[in-house]
Amino acid sequence: MFRIMWYAMAFAVAALPAQAQESDTAKMREELRQLQQRLQQLEKRLEQAESTATQAAVQASSRPQTESALNPGVSVILNGVYGNFSRDPNTYRLNGFVPTMGDVAAGRRGLSLGESELAFMSNIDHMFRGTLIASISPDNSSIDVEEGYIQTIGLSHGFTIKAGRFFSAVGYQNQVHAHAWDFADTPLAMKVFLGNQLNEDGIQFKWVAPTDLYFDAGVEFGRGRQFPSGVDRNKNGFGSTNLFTHLGGDLGQSIAWQTGLSHLRTSPQDRAYDDVDSAGAAVTNSFTGKSRLWVLDGVLKWAPNGNPTYNNFKLQGEYFRRNEDGNLTFDTAGAALTDGLSSRQSGWYLQAVYQFLPQWRFGYRYDRLDSGTTNIGLVDSGALSAADFPVLGGYNPKRNTVMVDWNPSEFSRIRLQFARDYSRLNQPDNQLLLQYIVSLGAHGAHKF
Amino acid sequence: MKTLLKLLLAIGAVLLAWPAAAALNVFACEPEWGALAQELGGDRVSVFSATTALQDPHRIEARPSLIARIRNADLVVCSGSELEVGWLPLLLTQSGNDRIQPGSPGFLEASQYVVKLEIPKVIDRALGDIHPAGNPHIHLDPRNIAKVAEVLTGRLVELDHANAELYKTRADAFARRWQPALESWTKRAAPLKGVPLVVYHKDMSYFINWSGMREAGALEPRPGIPPTPSHLADLVERMQRNPAKVIVYSPYNNPRAAEFLSERAKIPDVLLPFTVGGTEKAKDLFGLFDDTIDRLLATVK
Repeated sequence: MFRIMWYAMAFAVAALPAQAQESDTAKMREELRQLQQRLQQLEKRLEQAESTATQAAVQASSRPQTESALNPGVSVILNGVYGNFSRDPNTYRLNGFVPTMGDVAAGRRGLSLGESELAFMSNIDHMFRGTLIASISPDNSSIDVEEGYIQTIGLSHGFTIKAGRFFSAVGYQNQVHAHAWDFADTPLAMKVFLGNQLNEDGIQFKWVAPTDLYFDAGVEFGRGRQFPSGVDRNKNGFGSTNLFTHLGGDLGQSIAWQTGLSHLRTSPQDRAYDDVDSAGAAVTNSFTGKSRLWVLDGVLKWAPNGNPTYNNFKLQGEYFRRNEDGNLTFDTAGAALTDGLSSRQSGWYLQAVYQFLPQWRFGYRYDRLDSGTTNIGLVDSGALSAADFPVLGGYNPKRNTVMVDWNPSEFSRIRLQFARDYSRLNQPDNQLLLQYIVSLGAHGAHKF
Repeated sequence: MKTLLKLLLAIGAVLLAWPAAAALNVFACEPEWGALAQELGGDRVSVFSATTALQDPHRIEARPSLIARIRNADLVVCSGSELEVGWLPLLLTQSGNDRIQPGSPGFLEASQYVVKLEIPKVIDRALGDIHPAGNPHIHLDPRNIAKVAEVLTGRLVELDHANAELYKTRADAFARRWQPALESWTKRAAPLKGVPLVVYHKDMSYFINWSGMREAGALEPRPGIPPTPSHLADLVERMQRNPAKVIVYSPYNNPRAAEFLSERAKIPDVLLPFTVGGTEKAKDLFGLFDDTIDRLLATVK
C-alpha cells in the first residue's frame, strides 16, 4: 500500500518539469512582467524610504542650537594661587591715595584657592538675555553676585539696555572678568580709582552707530554701592553716573584697535578709611563730597592676517584722572574735626602681551600713579599737621610686572607672574604668583 | 527759497526711497557663505565676510569692526553648530539689532539644513574642542552647498520680497551651473576614492565623505590642540606601517607640521584652499572645488 503511494509521488515529482516545459511560454512572460512590476514598485518605495531617512537624518543631526537645549548655559571658573610676598600682604596699601573700601592686596602668602566663579547665561525670550555670575569666596563661604543682569536683544537701531548688577563700562579692563585678565591682578590705577573692579547695581543704555567704523556711546545710572561712592546711601534716585564712548576698527587684516573715554561721577557720603594719626593712634576718617573720574583707554591687537592661533600681540593701556572736592572729617569716633578736602590725582598703566608660540604667552606691565595735589583744609588751617594724614602724603607708587603663561587649550591657563611693587612708601615688595585658571562647561565668548 | 524747498523735498524723497533701494546687508561668518550669498543675491546684496580664508573660524575675536558690521546686517549666515561659539554670541548681544537674533529669519545656520557627520557619542573636553552638534565644516561637500543655496534663497526672498523674482531666477541659474559642475567633480574625483589622507584639523570630513577618500590620521592630536612632537612622531611611525597618500592642510594652518610629516614619512603634502579665497584659483565656490580636486589629483597621481 505504502509502496504504491511512494511510486505515485515519485511519478508526480518526475512529471512536474515535463508539465512546466509543456506550459505556455506566454504565462511565464506574464509572470516575469508581474515580477518586474513588483520590483519597480519596491525600488520606488525604497527610494522614498531613503529620502525620508535623509530628511530624518537632517533633522536628527541638527538638534536645536540653544545652549544645552533649554537649560541655561552653565560654566564654572576655578582658580588657585601660590603666592610669595616679601612684605606682609595684610599690611598692603597704596600710599598717596585714599584707601578704597575693599581689599586690593595682590593675594595671600602660600597656597590658596582663589574665588570660584559660577555663571549661568541664556536668552530669556525674544526680548531679553540673562546672565548671572556668582563668585564663591573660599574662606568665609560667602557667595557674592559679581554680575547678575538682563540685557535686551530685541531692540533695533543699535540700542541695548542692560539692567541689574554688572561691571561698569568705565575704562577697559573693568569690564573684563578676572579669569580673562592677562595678569593675575588688577593694575594699580584700578585699585586706587575703582576699588579693584567696579560693579554697580544700575541700568545701562548703549547705542552703536550705523557706521562701518565702530562707534558707541552710552550712559549708566548706578546705585553707588561701591568705591568711589561711599556706604549705602538709603536714598531714592541714583548715586553714580557713568558716561562712556568707544571708537574702534581694523587697520588692514592684522590689526584691530579700540579706544574709549569714560567719565564716572559720584557723590561719596561718609566714605570712611582707616589711618594712623601723628601720635600713632588708629583713627577713622571720612569724606563727603564729589568725585569725578575720567578714564582714557586703548587696546591694540595684532595677529598675522588676523589669525591669532600661532602668534599674536596685545597692547593695552589706560589713563585715569580723578578730582575730588568736599569735606574731610578727621577721627569720626573722637575729635570729629571737619574741613575741606580737594585732590587732583592720576595714574596709568601700559601692558603688552605676546604669544610667541602656540599656547605660550609672555607679558610685561608698567604701572605708575601720581598722587598729584591734595589740599587738606585741616592741615592748611593749622588744626592738624600733615603727619596726621600719613596715607594722604604725597607719593607716586609704581610697579613692574612680568608674566609667562601656558594655555594647553582655550579652557585652561597656568601662569607665573613676578612683580616688584612700590605701592608702599619706601618699601618695595617682591611678589611672585603661580596660578591656574580653568573654565568648565559652556564656552563663553570673550569681549574684545 | 523755492530752490531750497525743492532741495529739501528731493532729500526727503531720497531718504524715503533709500531703504527700498539699499541692498540687503549680508553678514557671512565664513567666506564660503559670503560667496554663496553673492551668487544668489547679485547686486541686490552687499556681502561682508567676517573671516578670511587665512583665519581660523574657531578663533576670531569679537572685534569692534565686526560689531559695527553686524549692527547693520539684515541677514547673518554662519556655519553654526558651535563653530562660532567663541565670538558670534557676543556680536549678537552687542549688535542692538533684533533682525538677526537666533530664531528670526535674518539668522541662518547652514549646518542645520544638512546631514551632519561626526556627532560625538561621548562629549568630553578631554577629547579636545569637540562640537556636540557634529562637525560644523559642512561646506566642502558640494551637495551641501546646493542644499544651503535653496534655504538661503528662501531667506533672501522672505527678507526682500520686492526682489523675490530676481532671487529665484538667480537661484535657478546657480542650480543649473552647480548641477553639471557637481557631476563633473564627481567624475574627476573618482580616482580619489579610497585614497588615504592625513588632515590637519577635522575640517575636511565632508569632502572626505563626498569623495570617498579615507582619513588615515590628523596632525592635531585632538581637535583644536596644536600638533605636538610626540604626536607627530607617533604619526610618522603609523605612516611607516600604513602610509597615507597625501597630507593636506588649510591656509590658516601652520604648514610646518605637515612639512615635517611629509619629509619624515615621504608622503607629499598639499595646501588645499579650504574656502573661497584660500588659493588664487579658489575665487568662487566653483573655483574652490575645482582647485581642491585639481590639487589632490596632482599630488596623489
